[in-house]
Amino acid sequence: MAFFLEVLIGGLLSGVMYTMVALGFVLIYKASGVFNFAQGSMVLFAALTLVTLIEHGLALPWALGASAVVMLVGAVAVERVVLRPLVHAPPMALFLATLGLAFVLEGFAQLVYGTQVHGLEVGISDAPISGWPIEISKFDLFAAGVAAALVAAIGILFQTTRAGVGLRAVADDPLAAVAVGLDLSRLWAIAWGGAGIVALVAGLLWGARVGVQFSLSLVVLKALPVLIIGGFSSIGGVIAGGLIVGASEKLAEVYVGSHMGGGIETWFPYVLAVGFLLARPTGLFGERLVERV
Amino acid sequence: MSSEATVWPSTVEDENTDGVTVDSREPATPASSPGGGSESAGARAWIPARRSVPRAAFYGIAIVGVAALLVSLPLLVTDYVLSAILVPVLALALAGVGQNLITGYAGQLSVGSAAFMSVGAFATYDISSHVHGLPLLASFAFGGVVAGLVGLFFGLPSLRIRGFYLVVSTLAAQFFVVWLFTKVGWFSNYSASGVITAPKLSIAGIDLSSPGGHYWLSLLVVVPLTVVGRNLVKGRIGRSWMAVRDMETAAAVVGVRTGRAKLLAFGIGSFYCGVAGALWAFAYLGTVEPHGLDLDRSFQVLFIVILGGLGSIAGPFVGAAFVILFPVALDQLGSALVGGSVDPGLLQNVEKIIFGALVILLLIKQPAGMARLLHIAWIRIRRWRSRQA
Repeated sequence: MAFFLEVLIGGLLSGVMYTMVALGFVLIYKASGVFNFAQGSMVLFAALTLVTLIEHGLALPWALGASAVVMLVGAVAVERVVLRPLVHAPPMALFLATLGLAFVLEGFAQLVYGTQVHGLEVGISDAPISGWPIEISKFDLFAAGVAAALVAAIGILFQTTRAGVGLRAVADDPLAAVAVGLDLSRLWAIAWGGAGIVALVAGLLWGARVGVQFSLSLVVLKALPVLIIGGFSSIGGVIAGGLIVGASEKLAEVYVGSHMGGGIETWFPYVLAVGFLLARPTGLFGERLVERV
Repeated sequence: MSSEATVWPSTVEDENTDGVTVDSREPATPASSPGGGSESAGARAWIPARRSVPRAAFYGIAIVGVAALLVSLPLLVTDYVLSAILVPVLALALAGVGQNLITGYAGQLSVGSAAFMSVGAFATYDISSHVHGLPLLASFAFGGVVAGLVGLFFGLPSLRIRGFYLVVSTLAAQFFVVWLFTKVGWFSNYSASGVITAPKLSIAGIDLSSPGGHYWLSLLVVVPLTVVGRNLVKGRIGRSWMAVRDMETAAAVVGVRTGRAKLLAFGIGSFYCGVAGALWAFAYLGTVEPHGLDLDRSFQVLFIVILGGLGSIAGPFVGAAFVILFPVALDQLGSALVGGSVDPGLLQNVEKIIFGALVILLLIKQPAGMARLLHIAWIRIRRWRSRQA
């Protein structure tokens, strides 16, 4: 039983990490209806920027601030260069454009920062806390706390601030939003900037855990099943989805995978997500779409 | 993506207007002119007037000429060009055609092409190692059919969901297939490394194991399938795909069986990918391992389609040629600039940036891709020539 709980909690905590990444997706999807495939590359790019700054002798807070500025400038550039010309393009073209963006970012990040694995030290140990009956590391708790704070902050921003309301309006109906005088470009830049900051935080936590390396951008693909299960436009759903994916993939790996040669973690979340899609296409908390001709 | 819907029809219109201007300028030369040959017509004899007999003959001769050139290429180019450029271009172009049927025509996003290629390669290998004496093309067809069924299965969620949600289903296919072929030894006939080795290639007793043979085999498979694909998209099925792509709800309202159309797209598209995978494994690499056909390959096929032209049959060929030739050109350029060999990791990153940027640029400037750009260039040249005359 203790072993089961350990696996479960370990899974839930890694689910928190998936949630962090998925949040960036939701932010952009909610604001612009764009499914941003480049979110993973943004995490990689942010983490590499951060770790390179630290290796050049900058203290962590300064490095974080500088990386945040880089991500914000990048967001504005993306809005100018990629999104604005594609305002009237169908969703698929926008998706494919973010796929292109992902390649540009990955190539650029590795060209500038190199391809070797960087260690990232944030000063919180990953060792289990002594004295507790179940092994949980301090770092995992820290990560969970950061995720919770981030979710709360984004939720409050969307509900209360003027920009947040504007973002929701744009997501609902871009034409109507523009008609009542909302500045679409500014709002999109805000959404992408926010996603960039989320990517930076996710990159910080993931990087501290597994090292900053190219595989970061693959870890991020796991955010897709999280989104499917939670619903693309729901922040609460992302939390639930992340926890479900994290816990179920670890449990499946330990209890089912061991009979199947192992390694089912690589595909299990996707199959689970497909199951969800068939049973509940809008996800747990997603909105039901009404289509008109 | 309504703009893609009109790729080919609009080019036909271009030709029409072209023809009309020529006709209106010379009302005195009616349909009988081609044989008679007034001076100005003689000057333009290489572009015969539209719908005249010589024009058909012109195209007939052109097709025969191109066919003869394609078939005789092994006598003209080196083995390196054959086995390192032409064969992979043909294989990837075929996979691109499959991807385009699913994505460019039916509007269903798929990032699982490499998985379907992998299924095709392994199924071809398995059937030819278990059933002795099976003709090579029959085993290719078997590989394609198995890949088609697998594609159909992973396309099932498209019945309930739309658009990019399907990415997850095809990602599931991608990761599951790689895992399956790595973990289950039966598929690779229990070879220790999970790598399969291609059987000897021959058709009706003709040995095809030379680079030229590999090329002819690829040509023999790719050309007929491309013609079939072109007819498919021009026919009833293709129309229903485009209707689903352009507005699914409207398509359903006017009586298109959307579910059937989507599943057909997945089945047929994956069949193409499967055959392409068999070609990739047997005619190009001579071997295949599950990780050789991973997510990156899927993206490569997707890029081939975007760069070449979404919703076009010629597009994937242009795209595949570009994707194979560009790294070679970049490598040459790099060596020429630096004066020695360039770090391959560096080149790979530069390549990634340029591919990504090109994808974005084309989506913004010309969503119908390079095939369309080439066509526009061709029309401009013709206009220019006809003005000169």
